[in-house]
This record gives sequence, structure tokens and C-alpha cells, in this order.
Amino acid sequence: MRLLSRKATCNTHGQDSSYFLGWQEYEKNPYDEIQNPTGIIQMGLAENQLSFDLLESWLADNPDAAGFKKDGQSIFRELALFQDYHGLAAFKKALVEFMAEIRGNKVTFDQNKIVLTAGATSANETLMFCLAEPGEAFLLPTPYYPGFDRDLKWRTGVEIVPIQCTSSNGFQITAPALEEAFQEAQKRNLRVKGVLVTNPSNPLGTTMTRNELNLLLSFITEKGIHLISDEIYSGTVFSSPGFVSIMEALKDRKCENSQVWNRVHIVYSLSKDLGLPGFRVGAIYSNDDMVVSAATKMSSFGLVSSQTQYLLSALLSDKKFTRNYISENQKRLKQRKKLLVKGLEKAGISCLKSNAGLFCWVNMKLLLSSNTFEAEMELWKKIVHEVKLNISPGSSCHCTEPGWFRVCFANMSEETLSLAIQRLNSFVKSMNNQSHHQIKKSSRRKSLTKWVFRLSFDHDHREPEER
Amino acid sequence: MVFKLNNHLLSRIASSNGHGEDSPYFDGWKAYDSNPHHLTENPNGVIQMGLAENQLCYDLIQEWLKKNPKASICTSEGLNEFREIAIFQDYHGLQEFRNAVANFMTKVRGNNNITFDPDRIVMSGGATGAHETIAFCLADPGEAFLVPTPYYPGFDRDLRWRTGVKLIPVDCDSSNNFKVTREALENAYEMAQLDDVKVKGLLITNPSNPLGTILDRETLRSIVSFINERNIHLVCDEIYAATVFSQPDFISIAEIIQDDIECNRDLVHIVYSLSKDMGFPGFRVGIIYSYNDAVMSCARKMSSFGLVSTQTQYLIASMLSDNEFVEKFIRENKRRLAARYRVFTYGLGQVGIKCLKTSNAGLFCWMDLSGLLKEKTLKAEMELWQVIIHEVKLNVSPGCSFHCLEPGWFRVCFANMDDQTMQVALSRIRTFVNNKVDNKKPKKNLRWQGSLKLINSPRIYDDFINSPHSPMPQSPLVRART
Repeated sequence: MRLLSRKATCNTHGQDSSYFLGWQEYEKNPYDEIQNPTGIIQMGLAENQLSFDLLESWLADNPDAAGFKKDGQSIFRELALFQDYHGLAAFKKALVEFMAEIRGNKVTFDQNKIVLTAGATSANETLMFCLAEPGEAFLLPTPYYPGFDRDLKWRTGVEIVPIQCTSSNGFQITAPALEEAFQEAQKRNLRVKGVLVTNPSNPLGTTMTRNELNLLLSFITEKGIHLISDEIYSGTVFSSPGFVSIMEALKDRKCENSQVWNRVHIVYSLSKDLGLPGFRVGAIYSNDDMVVSAATKMSSFGLVSSQTQYLLSALLSDKKFTRNYISENQKRLKQRKKLLVKGLEKAGISCLKSNAGLFCWVNMKLLLSSNTFEAEMELWKKIVHEVKLNISPGSSCHCTEPGWFRVCFANMSEETLSLAIQRLNSFVKSMNNQSHHQIKKSSRRKSLTKWVFRLSFDHDHREPEER
Repeated sequence: MVFKLNNHLLSRIASSNGHGEDSPYFDGWKAYDSNPHHLTENPNGVIQMGLAENQLCYDLIQEWLKKNPKASICTSEGLNEFREIAIFQDYHGLQEFRNAVANFMTKVRGNNNITFDPDRIVMSGGATGAHETIAFCLADPGEAFLVPTPYYPGFDRDLRWRTGVKLIPVDCDSSNNFKVTREALENAYEMAQLDDVKVKGLLITNPSNPLGTILDRETLRSIVSFINERNIHLVCDEIYAATVFSQPDFISIAEIIQDDIECNRDLVHIVYSLSKDMGFPGFRVGIIYSYNDAVMSCARKMSSFGLVSTQTQYLIASMLSDNEFVEKFIRENKRRLAARYRVFTYGLGQVGIKCLKTSNAGLFCWMDLSGLLKEKTLKAEMELWQVIIHEVKLNVSPGCSFHCLEPGWFRVCFANMDDQTMQVALSRIRTFVNNKVDNKKPKKNLRWQGSLKLINSPRIYDDFINSPHSPMPQSPLVRART
């Protein structure tokens, strides 16, 4: 008799993916400015380390929140006992207000419709348990966050069917792509329960256009299915065209209290915007009472520590702090991204034009030996082992085109980022030298093709938005 | 069960009542919540005795916190660590956290040459998350775990709801103080075979909730031999390990398998938590400790769905690596629980109410009220229970919510209140019993709200859950400041 469950013995947890293998390599030889200056620089982890000083100074000024105290009185006991899955009311209030503030207060959220979970990881899994049966499917635009393969599918038995997006239009979602994905699911005998999008996108670093949002809403209305909008990066939008939340799009379509209103759910977390992934603060927001109710009960399996809820409720209730934090954080992210983009440009490498996130979606097609995923893997291994940068290959994000890589820029010091850029620069130069040697040996026609190939990819940027 | 509701298209799991909260047992919670007792502000309110919390040692913890400001990453002393800790999301958990938990687990079990390996410590969202994760690792939908009755009602949700795993009760009764017999185990296993249900494991809670008893060496050995023979898993929930307040000493499964070279260690797994021993249910510190490498590895990946906040990991690491504090805490905790138990059972004894005599652990008494039943039926138990809630104004838990086959038993928690409140509870019980004895005729004005659910079948898999996570809009816990 099989001793363990199927879930335990399969590899649907997805950790054999290259996304995680890169991490392992990094762990073996991590860069340290002083102790290991030739080690691998971690650029595969989308963390926000740019604004801790703001948090630290708030903490220094607010000793009560830190020390289990309220108005000087110890509330340790109350917090230690508090295991109510409805969550600390003060925290939920502060959280929904923070979410509204990030959206320019164009939308407001009801604290009774938010469910706290152990990180967005748990939020996404919980929504799958609530909305789909084993064997049913959700459609996801590619490229997407590799963790979804585990979070959405592993223990739930739900399938993911990709909505293929390409660089021809900056990876935007199109109506034909949506319909094609739906048909693909039908072909595979999978009942589609909904669409899940990440907005702003990971790994693209772009916000969705109003066009796309409306397209999605029309699509889910027509098909009678759900829409999950993972807005975990909503606070990282640092330049125009700005962030349009799915809630705003719904409002603009006058969808309040319509059927589609109840089929739209938001996932949020403080891991990226506040840079607190260790605290495991995630949330599900839904207009559907039944979803809120079921998800609340399920949150028993992954509640947020009351100690953390209390601390953050104090932090996020300080509106002066949140206002300043949001704008300062965005400023710093913008500046960092510029640094990376300019550095890559100097090396002749372009990025997808982006306005959000903690990473750039980098086009390294011209470094591929051939337009294949094998070549992408080859290149990736070189970059990890020789250039000593852990970046994430597009294939791990299910990208349809080889040659794209996600490169994080907010999880290191400026010096380290400059060093990483330098290393990449040297690598590209050496690659070019190699190919020059090859060009000398091959025919002129071949070299012409290569230059034409390179030029065409400089046009990989998004079309101007309507705003 | 409704699958579709106005095109909402929710899953079966979400639309069913597998979470168990539609049970009539929440009448007790509702009664408490609408009229919670307070010594000065609401002396006639309902006293909460249905929640197994340990509130006896917060003074010790607060004293420690005062002396150790560095344990919090948010105080000026600890602020230096803030960013490292806030950023750390590795599902292995902080090394110092695992070291400290392993240290605590060892000390709680009296250092009997048992050691716990910090590298085997896997986090989970409380014991709730641990149980669900273990079920996901060990069993496929439709497969089953055996569980001795009476058992914690939360298991019905934790092990079954999203996993599709079944629970099969192993009958125990008072004739031998609810001991788990080899015969009962074999019977349950064979019944499963006849029903064509594949049994994947046995789940025991030791010390027991709701019995408050520990398993003796002979029973433990018998259990180990049973699971080895049948080649099924053994999951030991040792969440109450540090609440063993009098002899005999607690024997952990870790001790048993250490001495038993024939036991297949790949079958043994421990679930632990700090919610009961330390009184930290709000901090969600659950632990899976498996001797099986594949299970450990799988559970660790699954822990992504319920990691412990690093802020909390850091605090716990600091606290539980302070050996002087840990030893003092364990000692004092036992002493205070023992004292409470003594006072409470003595008070009950004064009106002829007996508790399970073999109990020496836990945060509750397993009280025998069968003498007060009109007849020895579960219906009578429910009636008595309604009276206790609404007239005596105590929220206690009826035995049938724990799947107990014998009517008349009630679990009564005593560690979640101060001494005065406990005296009030005792005096109410005394009054009630004395009145019942004096008045032969049944009390009038028996009010009960909600439907009286009749339990006809002794096999009650599906219905009753008494969740510690109150479905009430405002948690009664926050208001209970005694």
C-alpha cells in the first residue's frame, strides 16, 4: 500500500522548477560585500528592502505598539489569547484604509469583507478551495509568478490553463487570447471557474490598462465565471500610467451589486509594499458574502499572528506615516528601476517598459544562441554560474517566448546593484566578442541577419496608454 | 448542500457545512456571547467554561518580557534585528526558533534521554494547520484515520474538510476509564475493511482532550505494535504535554520509539503547539515533528500556507532558549494547574459530582453528570446541557460533541478564569445540583433556543464541532478581562 498521499509524492509543489533551483545555487554561494565579494548576487527574489528605515523610525517613535502595550497598559494576555478568525477589527480597518489610500482613495473597502490569511500564498490557495473543485481550471495570463503552480494547484487539484501573451503588444491580454485559452480548457475537458490576473504584473512590472480590465470584466460576465485580481504589488506603482484597480474598473462600469460584482475578488499582502514577507500578512477581499464566510473559516489553517496584527494595526492607522511611506517608497523604487534600466541599456540590453513592481522584465534574446528554450536555459546557467547573478528565466514564468528574464532590483544596496550591472556588462561584451569571432568565420549574410534580429527587438515596448 | 447560488459558482467545500459550525453546540457560545460573565460588571452572566485556554501563567511571561526587551524586534533594544527578521520568509524557519522549540519540547518531556532535532521541526498555522497538513501528506481523499473517542471536535474539520479524508471512531468507554484497547483498535480497523475504506493511520491525543488523561506505557506499546502490524501511520497530538500536573509522568511517543528498535519510525509523527502549554493561541505556533524524511520534507513545503510570523518566531526563540525561565515556567504551570484541578474537583465532589479519576493533565475536567440525567440517553444529555447553559449559566461542552458514546459526560474548562470566577461557577453548580436533588419534579421554564438535534446513530461523523475559533462577530475572548 502506498504509504504517503499522492500529493506528498508527486512534484506539483513545483519546487523542481528552475525558479527555485536558482535560489539553491545562490544559497550555496551567496554574495556578501565583505565576506564573499565573488559570490552570486540574488536578483531572483522580489523583495522590497528600500524603505525599512521609514518603518524603523516609526517603531522607534511608537514604543507601545512594539511592546504589547496600549496606552501604557500591557495587553499581552489579550493578544496572546486572541485567535478569533475574524481578525483584530482595528487591524482590518487600518488595512482596508491603507488599500484605499494606495488606490488614491478612488475606491473604498469594507472591513467586513476582508479575510486575513497567512500571506498571499495562503490567500490564493484558499480562494481556489472556495471557488473550484479538483479538476476544474483557472485561466492565467503568461508570463506568471511561478509560485502559482504550487499555490493554486497543489493541494486543491485545480488546473491552470495559460492565456498566451506575447511581446508583440507588450504582453497585454487580448480578447482572442482569452477565448483561445477558454477553448483550450474545453478541449482538455476542464471546466473553467475563473481568471486570475496579477495587477501590477509579476514578472512584467506593468499595470493593466483600462482596456484590459474592461476586456476581462466583459469576458467573465459573458462566461459567468470569477475574476481574481492579485494586487500584491499595488503599492509599488511608481510612474504613469498609474494604477487602476479592478474595483475602480467595476465602479466605472456601474457594476455595484450586479452579479459580476460578486464574482470579483482581490488578493492583497504586505510582503511587497511594506517589505514584510516574514510577518505573513495576506488578505482576501470579496464582495460575495458566501466567499467571505467560507474563506474566513478556512483562514483557521493560517491565521495572522495576533502579535503582528496588533503591531501593524498601529502602524497603518498612522495616516501621516502611511501617506509619507507610500510616496517615498514609490520614489525610491522608481529611482532604482532607472538605475537598472540605464545600466542594462549601456550593455545593449532592453527591458519591457514598466511602471511598477520590484523587478524588470529583461529582453536577452540577442544573447541566445538560438531562439529556443534550451538556449534560454543555457544562457541562464551561464548567468548563474559564470556571471554569478541569480535571475529568473522566462520559462519558469511560463513565458511563450524564449529570452526573457526577470531581474529584481529592490532587494539589495545600490552598490550591489551597480556591481551586478557591471558583471552583466562584462558578460555581454565577452559574448559579443565571441560572436564577432564567429561572424568573421561565417558569411556576411548571416551577420546581416543577426543585426536585423537585434534591431527588431529594440522596439519591444508597450503602446501608449489611454489615460 | 447548495452548489450553485445565483451563478456564484462556489466549490462544494465552500458551500457545504464541512466546517461544522452549523452545529447546535454554538448555542453555548451564543449564550455566552450575548451575556458574558464579568465579576463586577455582569455577575449574573454566563461563565465561559467551554474554551480550553491556559490563562494561569501570564504574570510569569510578562515578567520575562519586561526583563527582555530585546526579544521584541520593535523595541529600541531589539530594533536592530527588525529588517532581517521582517524579510525572512524561509519556510525552514529561524534556526534559533527551531532550536528553542526543540529545547522546550525536550524539557517538557523531562529530559528522559529524548532529544528533538531542530532540523526536523516544521512550522504550521497552529495545531489546526498541522493536522490538516499531516492529513494532506499521509492520505488521499476517501482514505481514513482512526480516532479514539471521545475526541476534540475540531478534528472533524481539521482532518476532513478540505482534504476529503475520513475519520473512523475507535470506541472507548468508562468501564475501563476510556482506555484505548487493542480490541477496540482492531474492531475499528476491521469495520473499515468491511466498508472498503482504506485506513492510513491512527490519531491519538496524548494527553487526551477531553479526558485529561495520559496514555500508560502498556497502551502506548500496544498502539505502536498495532500500527506497525497494520503498516499505518501514528499521529500523536501532544499539544497538552506540559499540562500534566500530577503523577504518573507523561510518556511521549518519542520515548517509546526510542526504546523500540522494531518500530518503523517512518510511521510516527508528532503534532505540537504552544497554544495550550504556554497559553499563546493567538500567536499561531504549530509544529509538525515527523520521523519520516519524506513527510517532513513535504510538510515543510506545505508550511508555506501557514508559516509562523517571524516577529513571533523571534520572540519565542528568545523566550524558550532561556533555560532558567523555561524550567520555572514548566514547574509553576504544573503547580497552578494542579491547584486549580484540586479546588475544582473538590468543589464538585462536595455535591457528589465525580470527574474521571485517572485525569492528571489538561485544562479541563471530564465531569460525570450521568446521575442527573432523566434517562441514560443522548437526548437527555442535550436537555441537561441546555439547562446548564440557560439556567445555571455555564457554557460547558456536552460529551456528544466529542463523539462520546456514553451519555452524561461533560468537559468543563477551569484554567481560563481567575480564582473568584471559579468559585462562582462552583457555587452555581452546587446550587443547581442541590436543587435538582431536592426537587424531584423537573424544572419548569426549560428554554432552549434553536433546534434540539437528536442523535440517533452512535456513529456521529458529520455533525458536531465546537470550534475554538468562535463564529461570533466579536470574539468573547477579547472582552474577557478577569
